[in-house]
Amino acid sequence: MLHIKNLHARIEEKEILNGINLDIKPGEVHAIMGPNGSGKSTLASVLAGRADYEVTAGEVTFLSKNLLELSPEDRAREGLFLAFQYPIEIPGVSTTNFIKTAVNEIRKYRGEEPMDAVQFLKKMKEKMKLVEIDQSLLSRSLNEGFSGGEKKRNEIFQMAMLEPTMAILDETDSGLDIDALRIVAEGVNKLRDGNRSFLVITHYQRLLEYIVPDFVHVLYKGRIVKSGGKELALELEEKGYDFIKEELGESVEA
Amino acid sequence: MSDLKEFIQTKFNNEPFSGNGSLQALSKKGIELFNQQGIPTVKHEEWKYTRMGGVLNKDFSYANDLTAVTAKDVDEFRLPGNKEANELVFVNGIYHAKLSTIRSSADELIILPLSEAVNGEYKTIIDNNLGHSANYHTDGINALNNAFAHNGLLIAVKKDKSVEHPLYCYYINDARTVNVLSQPRTLIHVGVNAEVFLVEEEVTLGTSDSFINKVSEIVVEENANVHIYKIQNEDSHSSCVKTTHVRQLGISKVNSVTITLNGGIIRNNLNFILEAPGCESNMYGLYCVKGNTHVDNHTIVDNQMPNSLSNELYKGIIDENATGVFNGKIFVRKDAQKTNAYQSNKNILLRDTATINTKPQLEIFADDVKCSHGCTIGRLDEDALFYLKARGVGDKEAKALLLHAFAGEILDKIELPSIREYADKIISERLGFEM
Repeated sequence: MLHIKNLHARIEEKEILNGINLDIKPGEVHAIMGPNGSGKSTLASVLAGRADYEVTAGEVTFLSKNLLELSPEDRAREGLFLAFQYPIEIPGVSTTNFIKTAVNEIRKYRGEEPMDAVQFLKKMKEKMKLVEIDQSLLSRSLNEGFSGGEKKRNEIFQMAMLEPTMAILDETDSGLDIDALRIVAEGVNKLRDGNRSFLVITHYQRLLEYIVPDFVHVLYKGRIVKSGGKELALELEEKGYDFIKEELGESVEA
Repeated sequence: MSDLKEFIQTKFNNEPFSGNGSLQALSKKGIELFNQQGIPTVKHEEWKYTRMGGVLNKDFSYANDLTAVTAKDVDEFRLPGNKEANELVFVNGIYHAKLSTIRSSADELIILPLSEAVNGEYKTIIDNNLGHSANYHTDGINALNNAFAHNGLLIAVKKDKSVEHPLYCYYINDARTVNVLSQPRTLIHVGVNAEVFLVEEEVTLGTSDSFINKVSEIVVEENANVHIYKIQNEDSHSSCVKTTHVRQLGISKVNSVTITLNGGIIRNNLNFILEAPGCESNMYGLYCVKGNTHVDNHTIVDNQMPNSLSNELYKGIIDENATGVFNGKIFVRKDAQKTNAYQSNKNILLRDTATINTKPQLEIFADDVKCSHGCTIGRLDEDALFYLKARGVGDKEAKALLLHAFAGEILDKIELPSIREYADKIISERLGFEM
């Protein structure tokens, strides 16, 4: 579904991704872990098409299309979804209106008729239950004054509404207490249907107790330096990231 | 410019003066000051960014044939909700009773030419208030309108009356054959405990040049509630100076929303004189302009007594070669302790060729007040745009969504749904926003 080959990217003059290789097949859940500054969020941003980053080498194909040639909106329309680490507050635009616009823009791209109000409301009600989000929250300005947990639930709600083929969760666990984390993770798990793939980016193993990955990769200095099954996450939790550095033969600062 | 002076003087000499001495005195003072000052140039501090010379330096006619405009002409631009409104039609600056529809009864609403009203029960009100704006505008433009104030109209809302039918005022210049310069003048008195909605629109018929120099003085008594909405959507050959001067004489509330969409040179003077303690004044503005439109909002809030609140928010979306000017002056006089005065001006420039000049001016003579002012000039937030696009919303639609939300904060202040929806529709089309 998603093939990343030798991906290099930089922001301004700073090289951040130094040759990432990753293959994600339909239905798989991959986790990317790594210390701060290893390039986790950059990878998410590059895949979603944020303009601040410049891809200097490598290729990414998504459903057999060259992802890097697509605009951010076309990537979304092709079925890629990014749950933001820091969802943006947009005053004056309600989540309901915004998501309706998004759903219909995606349908238009796929040559489908726009959803009528009844269909849309029905779908919304169904997906609201998934993340225990309230109608009144969705009528308010997008993310404005939302708590950390509400923002992240809103991200997963949007994901549920847009039904992507591939979802990238960028540190969705950051800023969440344990209850909010559970709700968000359960929402994600309900969207695992054997076809939809996930790339879960996280600093901590905690989230992976709830969203159990098929593969875990460790990102370090812009490269995947170790891959394994879900037990790798536990090992990292236990030993910290220093053991990776040791394995790489780097000196660990005391 | 000497031609304009000559034209005005000739016109003035031919005026059939009627009414009592106070109207005549104001007119005489007006023509004298106009002859002395002329049209302000950009050397005048208050006109630094707005050049009036060009639009006034041409041959005008006073086109006094008011019969040329028919009800059918008016039909072309009636605002939505008109079937429930009092419609006041002014042709070339003069109130046209036949084309107007007054739905409110005379025990609620009085509409009388000033020349007639000045001899009746409103004499004191007229004597005390007509020409008060000249204390704040000493330039030739205000004086020019004063010179013809005797042609003005008194609109009075009786005490304890909440006028059910909003007042839609259409200021029509009939420029189908000649260039028209008009000087509409109104004195609006809103009695104790009364409430009224005022909606104003300027209209030019035909394609010759049109200039409206309007002065509206509004007197608000205790516990009154006044809503003033202006919709400005004219062609590039139509320019205007509109002065709205509000005196709040008792504790009262006034909301003003000015929406500017298109035109030649548009200058809006909006003054709030808070002469009683505990007044509330809300001033909102939205200018969403393109082409070569020039819109200048000059506002004054004069806090004279304690415990008042004034809140001012003007927002601009400026495209192409359009220019915006915002000048917000706030006075807090010595006795106006515990004043809360807020001012904000936010602008989005859509292109490098668009211009905004913004200037806050605070003069505070009391020591226990809360005042704030701020202005922003920017482009659309890139992070917000990316967020919308990452959900599949296209570039054009994402921009429209954000701009519409920016404008929506002002549109929401219009409490008449038909007028709000009308303005919203034009703005949505302009921004390419579909919902």
